[in-house]
Amino acid sequence: MTLLLIDTALVIEKLILIAVIIFASLGIALYTTFAERKVAAILQDRPGPNRAGPFGLLQPFADGLKLIAKEEIIPSGANKWLFILGPGLAMTAALMTCAVIPWGDKVELFGRTIALQVADINIGFLYIFGVVSLGVYGVMIGGWASNNKFSLLAALRGASQAISYELAMGLSMIALLMMTGTLQLGEIVKQQTGPGHHWNVIYQPLGFLIFLVCAFAECNRTPFDLPEAENELNFGYHQEYSSMKLGFYLFSEYINMFISSAVMATLFFGGYDLPFFNPANHTPNFAATIGIITLMAKVVMFIFFFMWVRWTIPRFRYDQLMNLGWKSMIPLALVNMLVTAVVILMRH
Amino acid sequence: MYHINELLNSDNTLKPSFVAMKESDDYTINIGPQHPATHGVLHLVITLNGETIKKVDPDLGFIHRSIEKMCESLSYRQYIYVTSRMDYLSSHINNHACALLVEKALQVEVPERAQYIRVIMDELTRIASHLLWWGAMAMDMGAFTPYFYAFRERELLTEIMEDTCGARLTMNYMVPGGVMHDPHETFVHRVSKEFLPLLKSKLHEYEELVTGNIIFQNRVNGVGLLTYEDAISYGCSGPTARASGVHCDIRKLYPYDVYNKVQFEEVIETAGDSMARYMVRMNEIKQSISIIEQLINNIPEGDFQAKTKAVLKLPKGEFYQRVETARGELGVFVVSEGGTTPYRIKFRSPGFSNLSCLDHITKGSKIGDLVASMGTLDLVIPDIDR
Repeated sequence: MTLLLIDTALVIEKLILIAVIIFASLGIALYTTFAERKVAAILQDRPGPNRAGPFGLLQPFADGLKLIAKEEIIPSGANKWLFILGPGLAMTAALMTCAVIPWGDKVELFGRTIALQVADINIGFLYIFGVVSLGVYGVMIGGWASNNKFSLLAALRGASQAISYELAMGLSMIALLMMTGTLQLGEIVKQQTGPGHHWNVIYQPLGFLIFLVCAFAECNRTPFDLPEAENELNFGYHQEYSSMKLGFYLFSEYINMFISSAVMATLFFGGYDLPFFNPANHTPNFAATIGIITLMAKVVMFIFFFMWVRWTIPRFRYDQLMNLGWKSMIPLALVNMLVTAVVILMRH
Repeated sequence: MYHINELLNSDNTLKPSFVAMKESDDYTINIGPQHPATHGVLHLVITLNGETIKKVDPDLGFIHRSIEKMCESLSYRQYIYVTSRMDYLSSHINNHACALLVEKALQVEVPERAQYIRVIMDELTRIASHLLWWGAMAMDMGAFTPYFYAFRERELLTEIMEDTCGARLTMNYMVPGGVMHDPHETFVHRVSKEFLPLLKSKLHEYEELVTGNIIFQNRVNGVGLLTYEDAISYGCSGPTARASGVHCDIRKLYPYDVYNKVQFEEVIETAGDSMARYMVRMNEIKQSISIIEQLINNIPEGDFQAKTKAVLKLPKGEFYQRVETARGELGVFVVSEGGTTPYRIKFRSPGFSNLSCLDHITKGSKIGDLVASMGTLDLVIPDIDR
């Protein structure tokens, strides 16, 4: 009977929203790979991909097609099931995060008010952390199941890196939590909107910096790309992968980058909030569209920052990475937490 | 007659002893022969304890082409061309060494014009080699962009070389008695008006992008420490040894051609770590620029080649000539029986000796340090294997 109580229209609405968001995420990730190559090309004084389609815009499809058409090799020493599970897990975990991100305010379509968020659950924060932590299993299982020494080393690197930096990330989040008093992402964005535009980054600059650094580490991006350090470990954990399994690993990195950017924009930069723009003065649909564009602009900005850093600086050494994580990031996050707590206490 | 077992079991004989390559529970990985960090077909068997390196065993010979043996059947004009393929990044300087040796043996007076051109070419080669090393080294560290920047400047240099020598990598421009032909008519203009100003305007970019980067400095400071004594006992030469404070620049110690007429400093650092090796090379680029600037507009008129016999025959005896390549001291040793080909030839290549210290300087460090140390040793594998 409970099934009947659920509004069927709501189910359809959410299913459509899920499909749209998943395909939008995939599409954005697809074009992030293209953007990465173009940004790298600009930074490196060369034209970049420009042959497939106008301005090389079809390049990501050519890349995808190539990956699909490649021969799939499973090494004879590999554990077959885990070997297949690895990239799938990485991809699933990467895609699952986008469920709780508020992409915009409400829109009115066909007489219904639709929230542009798949699930505004009251543990949005914890959900993100939980799912992001799952991502490291993709790296670990893939690296371990390959039965390759380089992959194993890389998997170990990846696991310890993810654990170390998730800790600091979580601590920096606690400070933010104490401010907002809610775990609900939709609510956090709403708190930041309004006339004053009190974006959390103004009150939590240190927390944001810690989160940013940890996001780099979580996405395995330079300077934290140790699990796939090609000059040390031959591309690391996905060394034995070919075809679309390799594609999944590469792709999940870009989706992770996209999601991290979206999370940072949501938590610290007011999500879909645009300064000097009052949604109340406009129709809800127009306001929501502007909101989505604003959020995407913020996301693109972060993604560009990710790329800019990647093509500029070298990578850390493994022990330096650990030192930074445990000796700098975690104490800093603790101090940030303490200061936030004291300030909140004083104001009450 | 003793039976072999009796001999082995008696107390008076030398006992065969075995050194285990690895213990049974060692975690060994093979860096190479195909690996991005070795820049060629070098095979390193690395014994690890977690991320820490216990032992590095270089395994050579993957690109051995028996150049020394080949040279024995080539005439003294021909053997120069093979040497371009040893250290392909210093091909001019390799050729120079061979040409100098023949000139020394036959007591040929090289025209001053040829000497000037040769030294300019040597220094241009040194710059090109150091540029490529800089890019590759940064790439080993995980920074890709410097590689493209280095190649951007090097490209102009290769074009200049192509104008004059017809080749971009294996030049074969120096011959016994001078150079093969006059430089291209635009050579002086392109070097002095195009290349040098461009490079000088870009050097600060390199320093901002890589040298001053805090991550890079942390990666190289105190890493791969080679002391003064070790540098000498391992036979290191070139920037690798000079970074440990060894005074070993052949251009200063045994000047050849017009090196005694130009003013330049021997770049010496004392720290002996990867950063010191890095700084030596970066400063050598500046010294090379200064050498070229002193020479490029003062190339005297005259012949570019001394008159030599059509068939060269070295007198009976042993001849040795050394030069400073971009990697260190290259020695050519020829034993002649008086014929048209060398009886025996031996190249003392800098890369081989510089590689030999790798195990010593990386023991106990991390995998990332191995890459940093190997990067600053500036190994060219065909130079090691020959």
